[in-house]
Amino acid sequence: MKTSLEQFDKAFENRIRLQIMSVLLANEHYDFNSLKELLDVTDGNLASHIKALEKEEYILVNKTFIGKKPNTQYSVSEKGRKAFIKHLEALENIIKQQKI
Amino acid sequence: MKEKDIHSELASIRSLMERSSKFLSLSGLSGVLAGIYALIGAFIGHKILNEKYGGLVISDSYTDNSTIYHQLILIAGLILLLSVLSCLLLSVRQAKKKGENYWNPISRRLMSSMAIPLFSGGLFIIILFLRQEYDLIAAACLIFYGLSLISASQYTFSDVKWLGICQVILGLLAALIPESGLLFWVIGFGLLHIIYGTVMHFKYNR
Repeated sequence: MKTSLEQFDKAFENRIRLQIMSVLLANEHYDFNSLKELLDVTDGNLASHIKALEKEEYILVNKTFIGKKPNTQYSVSEKGRKAFIKHLEALENIIKQQKI
Repeated sequence: MKEKDIHSELASIRSLMERSSKFLSLSGLSGVLAGIYALIGAFIGHKILNEKYGGLVISDSYTDNSTIYHQLILIAGLILLLSVLSCLLLSVRQAKKKGENYWNPISRRLMSSMAIPLFSGGLFIIILFLRQEYDLIAAACLIFYGLSLISASQYTFSDVKWLGICQVILGLLAALIPESGLLFWVIGFGLLHIIYGTVMHFKYNR
């Protein structure tokens, strides 16, 4: 069980970060406002978690403008995809080990 | 972490992935309504043809009479408009009931993936109409509508794909037997919509 816990990603300890990654894994890209609505979090809260994931290089940011409104799109990076899958595998391993 | 916590965590990830990538507020009831509109429209169309020619069968013998086609196209256009409006209104209502925003990246992707085959089909039908190739219009309606459903199904319930495949098959049959084009049209837009809408309503909206 020790090995599984080591596989746990610190970046995913927070639930909202894990949720952001789940949405980005299921979609090619997602914008800030839709993400905010879907997860039901505040601007500041979401921004800080996104910044943390950005720092880990788990997500890619693409800033554009629609007219004068900023439109920021996020997508998952290859590194982020691998880390997320590894995290899910770790969760599955714990379930398997507890069943034995 | 306890096993129960992990299970609920995995379940919440899965539900979030689904909710974020599929529009699940599509109303089954609107399918039933679209089917009823189509049946009413087909009945009126049948009456128009019956008065003049005594049947639902389209044959080359009266392809030169374009006023009858203008009337039929007008009815078909009205059915399309009513069906689309009901679908939009009922889906918006459904989304509001669930407390979801109906205008999100997924509903936008759903609309655009449906619009491309639908608009090319619409233009194709207008071209058929202008060239007075009336006998393939029913087939073209079914085929392009089926393709647009198949393309939209990746952003909503996967059942929509099966409805699309059935419509395409009916369309191909209608192309093979153009004399019975209107009959296939009634089966596809009327009967299939009512069956599909009823199934969806009881499967998801209850």
